[in-house]
Amino acid sequence: MKPSNSPTTKAGRFALAAGAAAVLCCVLLMPRCQRAKAEGGPALASGQKAVPEVVDFNFHVKPILSDRCFKCHGPDNRTREGGLRLDTREGAFAALGEAGDRHAIVPGDVERSTLIRRIFSDDPNLVMPPPESNLLLEDYEKAILKKWIEQGADWKEHWAFIPPVKPALPKVKNKAWAHNEIDLFILARLEEQGIEPGPPASREQLIRRLSFDLTGLPPTLEEIDAFLKDAAPNAFEKAINRLLDSEACAEHLASKWMDVARYADTHGYQDDLERVMWPWRDWVIHAFGQNMPYDQFVRWQLAGDLLPEPTREQLIATAFNRNHKITQEGGVIPEEYRVEYVADRTQTFGTAFLGLTLECARCHSHKYDPVEQEEYFQLFSFFNNVPEYGLIEPYGAIPEPYIRLSRKEISEVLTFINNADTLDDIPLMVMQELKTPRQAYVLRRGLYDQPAEPVNPGTPKSIGAFPPELPPNRLGLAEWLLDPANPLMARVTVNRFWQQMFGTGIVATPYDFGSQGALPTHPELLDWLAIRFVEDGWDAKALLKYIALSAAYQQSCELRPGLMEQDPENRLLARAPRLRLSAEMIRDHALAISGLLNSEVGGPSVKPYQPEGIWEETTGGGGGSTASYIMDEGEKLYRRSMYTFWKRTVPPPSMMSFDAPTRDFCTVQRQETSTPQQALVLLNDPQIVEACRVLAYRAVEEGGAGIRERIAFMFRLATSRQPGESELESLVEYFGSELARFRQRPDAAASFLSVGQYPQKELLPAPEMAAYALLANAIFNLDETITKG
Amino acid sequence: MTNPINERSHLMNRRAFLSKASIGIGTAALASLLGCNPFRGDESGLIGAAGQAAGGALGLPHFAPRAKRVIYLFQSGGPSQLELFDYKPLLQKLRGQELPESVRMGQRLTGMTSNQASFPLVGSFYAFKQHGQSGAWLSELLPYTSKVVDDICIVKSMYTEAINHDPAITFFQTGSQQPGRPSIGSWLSYGLGSTNENLPTFCVLLSRGTGRPNGQPLYSRLWGNGFLHSLHQGVQFRSGKDPVLYLKDPEGMSRESRREMLDRIAALNQQQLDQFGDPEISSRIAQYEMAYRMQSSVPEVMDISGEPEYIYRMYGPDAMTPGSFAANCLLARRLAERNVRFIQLYHMGWDQHDNLPGAVARQAKDVDQASAALILDLKQRGMLDDTLVIWGGEFGRTNYSQGMLTDTSYGRDHHPRCFSIWMAGGGVKPGIVYGETDDFGYNITRDPVHVHDFQATLLHLLGIDHERLTYRYQGRRFRLTDVEGRLVKELIA
Repeated sequence: MKPSNSPTTKAGRFALAAGAAAVLCCVLLMPRCQRAKAEGGPALASGQKAVPEVVDFNFHVKPILSDRCFKCHGPDNRTREGGLRLDTREGAFAALGEAGDRHAIVPGDVERSTLIRRIFSDDPNLVMPPPESNLLLEDYEKAILKKWIEQGADWKEHWAFIPPVKPALPKVKNKAWAHNEIDLFILARLEEQGIEPGPPASREQLIRRLSFDLTGLPPTLEEIDAFLKDAAPNAFEKAINRLLDSEACAEHLASKWMDVARYADTHGYQDDLERVMWPWRDWVIHAFGQNMPYDQFVRWQLAGDLLPEPTREQLIATAFNRNHKITQEGGVIPEEYRVEYVADRTQTFGTAFLGLTLECARCHSHKYDPVEQEEYFQLFSFFNNVPEYGLIEPYGAIPEPYIRLSRKEISEVLTFINNADTLDDIPLMVMQELKTPRQAYVLRRGLYDQPAEPVNPGTPKSIGAFPPELPPNRLGLAEWLLDPANPLMARVTVNRFWQQMFGTGIVATPYDFGSQGALPTHPELLDWLAIRFVEDGWDAKALLKYIALSAAYQQSCELRPGLMEQDPENRLLARAPRLRLSAEMIRDHALAISGLLNSEVGGPSVKPYQPEGIWEETTGGGGGSTASYIMDEGEKLYRRSMYTFWKRTVPPPSMMSFDAPTRDFCTVQRQETSTPQQALVLLNDPQIVEACRVLAYRAVEEGGAGIRERIAFMFRLATSRQPGESELESLVEYFGSELARFRQRPDAAASFLSVGQYPQKELLPAPEMAAYALLANAIFNLDETITKG
Repeated sequence: MTNPINERSHLMNRRAFLSKASIGIGTAALASLLGCNPFRGDESGLIGAAGQAAGGALGLPHFAPRAKRVIYLFQSGGPSQLELFDYKPLLQKLRGQELPESVRMGQRLTGMTSNQASFPLVGSFYAFKQHGQSGAWLSELLPYTSKVVDDICIVKSMYTEAINHDPAITFFQTGSQQPGRPSIGSWLSYGLGSTNENLPTFCVLLSRGTGRPNGQPLYSRLWGNGFLHSLHQGVQFRSGKDPVLYLKDPEGMSRESRREMLDRIAALNQQQLDQFGDPEISSRIAQYEMAYRMQSSVPEVMDISGEPEYIYRMYGPDAMTPGSFAANCLLARRLAERNVRFIQLYHMGWDQHDNLPGAVARQAKDVDQASAALILDLKQRGMLDDTLVIWGGEFGRTNYSQGMLTDTSYGRDHHPRCFSIWMAGGGVKPGIVYGETDDFGYNITRDPVHVHDFQATLLHLLGIDHERLTYRYQGRRFRLTDVEGRLVKELIA
């Protein structure tokens, strides 16, 4: 098997593409109110739910069947009731009963469709779903099912399992609005709904949005000014290129990948001992920095060790599959936990690359998607052949298998690794394959000690059966995955990049492209992007650039009158989303605008400010280096947040407040919440208060001579725009009142200026300096400061 | 201040602001004011924090609740039921004899004793006596608990699926052995919402036992919100200058100065709201107000200096020591008085693999008086009726000795097959002992209660059908009790 960047497509490996466009184009016919929040099914919409003129299977019917019926009439044959399955065409139209004289669904004949009779029944013994299921069909949903049958019960395959085909470009009226093809797809939907696209964002907003989206950092004042001054028609494109080429961009992309890869600096269970995985993180930064073709990026991580004569770099990449938690708890049965590790790799594979909740099929066949338990364990078996042990033994040992990276090879070959502590020998857990694969079994209820039938490596038939010509190992699996005809991989990937730029994916559930997942709002655009991405050689940065260049991306985020009612979730993108910055971005923002940010790339993770005692008060005395938190000093306090030491059982609390995941498992979407704890962090975390003090120094030193200039300087750094007159007035007045207060209490001023390790500068008398620092803190707490609009 | 905006933010409480804001912004703002982005809530469209609104869109409670709040005194490490609640004279008689295979029945042991050559039975080092009208047997290590025995319901037939600490405690608190699910308190916060405008709905207090100061760790996931909105996360209350993380204003900042800062921030945020109409801005303004209120309400509740002398005497000498279990029990009562929904204590140090007699006595002494005092204190305030108190750990301990059995010492390994907990108040039948174990104290012989059964019963007491409190995430409806759980009606008064 010769791995290559463009594996040949094997006809028949994946479902035929024909019909995909037909499946997908129907979305354009659907009224918006039924599509909004398709994931939850129509159950959620309130009040004015009208049954659509033409009922569509994928968009109206399937979500109801999946959510309310599949549990007992779905893919899992062990719990299937009455011999009826509604997840396949054959099953749904099959003759039922001993005499074979009954049908759940008779196209066009509601009277003879027992499904209709049962869902409308008043008899608790007959009604479906049965009361004890705690599931309910609303009148609207019943009406949908009835109308669908009346209209002939047209059946369609699940959209995500049909390989994408390049769609025709939609016709739009307002051609002038479009920058590229993306806009045609967006605009077609908007025009159909009679919604105007939004006006372009201001240039300040644009450069801010772009900087955060591509690098996770705010633009500098110089960058803003340069962009404002650049009258060239391709000014924005130049800015995109500059940002994409920056190291900060590579770091930002790596930081996103760390969630997917469940990266952490500790093992995660019980005593939560420290582990060394950061050289892998450095490799990820390096890979994004080189803009490594994404298929290669994935192939190396999945199977770098199985490539012919793998390089050290390819081995390092495989640490991806060792980022899962590992236990050292003395009493466990090692095999029990080894099975957990294999399951974690399988789940990560499913979530990250297939966008499927494969883990549901561990204990029983999937309740909603066509993945049988046997197929789950076929996938499981790819990840089952690591020469590993379930328990860290002896205490504190490095879990096998691992390699040691010598100082020499780091300085000569692996120069992307930041061996800041000049270690002689860095151990890194990587993947290795047993010479003789471990026989895998279907595990009853998913339990390690309940093996049933033996299984061999394979992939779910519904996605694409594993071809016999590929090697039955992780490398073969990578080739199967990266085959352009794989219906999921490219879609799932472009959807995640879209999410990075728009906050929400075209499929709003990036972890679930299955029956229970959200339907794509712009299915043809998703396919367009997926195909283009593969044709472009899996070029992630080109994709980001393509998205950034669209008019859709460059719209204003203003909520124009009527838009909230027409499209409350902004799924049609008649405006840019207005999104809170992520945990990492917020802290990095404070460090960047104060000038504190240490832009060193990579290296061992660091321990910045953290409230005292929170590791100590939960430790059981074990854990070694993770028993107590020894804060770093000096420059290490100001590294980007992606380098903050991640202790899984007690993750950094300020980051957790802003919805960072625990990194216990693969995460492809963060929550976006608003809580009082967030306010407390921004008001009181010494890291923020210190950064605001240093920002005030900067304002005094660089911002001009007057109060107004200095406040405007800080405001502009925080929000990337000049304050309005009334805003500035308000802040200047506020400065005056705080200055008066501090003058009355110079001791308070001195105390306020003493927060944090950064040396104090006596640029001004303490009360004035403190008033500036306080102003900086107020500005940093503005909603706008922690938002990208 | 005459600025109307500032004035409003002073006056703002959630409902007042709601009615005002909702005029202009509509329902999305409503939800977002309640602290949740409705579009990132339950995938089935139910609003994540719906319970925050009076009545609640979740349709909760499902029936009339018996308890309004819970104080859960979690005993981390696995307290030995054999030295505390489950009296087994046969073990004393058979001391030193091998655990018969007919009792063990080949069941799994932990990796710590599975290789032991011998499994010598050992009875309690401590004497048991019957107490109260119920006649329940209790160990001499629990003199104070013995006095409230008619107020509590002892369950001797608890069992769990996990045999090691991390999975077992995670299972108890989240319904799953593997990390990632919401904890009990988060489920209740999600389902029932808050009844206090100034304090978190789910508060957590930690203390370290003297029996084995370096025993089992805790994990913040135990009070984590999992996939629920982070408003439902447990908030740790700590002894020391910052009782809630980041609560304390920086040095040099006065309350007036803080108030003014928040007013200024709110005014500027309001301008943004007017321009962009993003309801998330309203939400942020409201959250800053809640943060401000917490800055006064948390120190107020943590300040026990005003408690009368007799209260200190009730809770015992440790009550004066911040961060002790006794002090935390007293704080729990104060939080309960303020209608905090779920108050979770963890007391560490119950993992007696060796030197059990001395260590378990110290652990018991840490908690006995204060646990009983909490019952009496709630009772005298008329709060026991609607406050559910729970006392127990993640599993029990073996009837055989781990390591050497000597005249004065022995150890016990983890035992998931039977263990004891107690509950009180909040609709629980007082003065009963539920469930039985065999004479060896190894297997349950009557009325087994699985962890999920316990969870189902807990939810029931709060008016929740455990099968109907669900949250759809990743395509599946999750429950605290996963796909199991049975209401134990016999425990309910």
